[in-house]
Amino acid sequence: MNKWQTFTKGLIKENPTFVLLLGMCPTLGTTTSAINGMGMGVATLFVLTMSNIVISLIKNYIPGKVRIPAFIVVIASMVTVLQLCMQAYVPALYETLGVFIPLIVVNCIILGRAEAFASKNGVFSSALDGLGIGCGFTLSLTVLGTVREMLGNGSIFGYKFIAGDGILLFVLAPGAFIALGYLLVIFNKLTAKMK
Amino acid sequence: MESSLKNMVLTLFIITLVASGVLGLVYSVTEEPIQVAQQAKTTAALAEVLPAFDNNPAEGKMETEEAVIYTATNGGEVVGYAVETSTQKGFSGEIRMMVGFKPDGEIYNIQVLQHSETPGLGSKMTEPGNKLIVSFVGKNPADLKMSVKKDGGDIDALTASTISSRAYVDAVQRAYNAMQQMLGKSVIDSVSGATSTGDWEEENQKGGNHE
Repeated sequence: MNKWQTFTKGLIKENPTFVLLLGMCPTLGTTTSAINGMGMGVATLFVLTMSNIVISLIKNYIPGKVRIPAFIVVIASMVTVLQLCMQAYVPALYETLGVFIPLIVVNCIILGRAEAFASKNGVFSSALDGLGIGCGFTLSLTVLGTVREMLGNGSIFGYKFIAGDGILLFVLAPGAFIALGYLLVIFNKLTAKMK
Repeated sequence: MESSLKNMVLTLFIITLVASGVLGLVYSVTEEPIQVAQQAKTTAALAEVLPAFDNNPAEGKMETEEAVIYTATNGGEVVGYAVETSTQKGFSGEIRMMVGFKPDGEIYNIQVLQHSETPGLGSKMTEPGNKLIVSFVGKNPADLKMSVKKDGGDIDALTASTISSRAYVDAVQRAYNAMQQMLGKSVIDSVSGATSTGDWEEENQKGGNHE
């Protein structure tokens, strides 16, 4: 697998949301609007890339039986660093995403990539893998957020295109499952043609 | 790598040590900017909820148990009070807000500082021109029935967010009480003993009996 494929596989072939169905907690919880989904995606992209880099660097020094706690410490530290920096330098973004940032620690995509990829590959490939999967995650969260915001609130990225409230169900948790289910159908239909 | 007790303990110790070192460093670097950002937020909120003023309200603030009261003056004359308070009655925890009053008790503006309400539902309380804020601005809490319409009051609740709306009303009520208490206290100093908050409590109970 060449470097370019390492990056692009995260977008469609191994898309974390629509193919692997990993990290469902932040996916369903944060995508109430397009901007929230995108912010969560970008924050995850950052943490995923950084933790992949660090873990691929230290992988040879970690005994097999304590690798999971070691990875979790690395990931949690990255998230805290991100949280403090956002609070200090982009307080406006922190306002909207603040409550979701600690959730990144428990996002199983990050631990999943650390275990499945970064602990077996070099620094450069791991960084690319993190970027690719992160971009795929950001894209799918933005799509899901946009759909839910359109149906539930009648707006896209905060711009209203109909008056009134929309179908409230789609902003609530059940709507997240319904929207994700139909998006999965569409995604599978489209990718089936590609194969 | 083979796992032995010694190398497992040692590796985890080193990793946690480095991690705590990095976190400590980042914390000390970001501590000051975070404080500056929070102060800027308070200043921005004050400017938002008060009529034009020329003093620094943060200097003469009064702190009570559940509220911080800022007094704004313009040319030496009091133009308004901003009360920062919070309620625990939110749908998912604490809601902090800043309520600006004119000297006669009329609400000038309200801003929610912090909340964790459901995004897309209760979180609408932060949007400008939402139903709650419209029900309050320009009114005096003394003339309003301080509860949502569902409970027989005068306040329009947010769609599908009655609990968040009740909490909002509760916080505004607390802010009003805190301000009355403060003003009441200065009355005690100069006149007699009666405070104005007692009146509200009684009134509220009467309202309850009617139902």
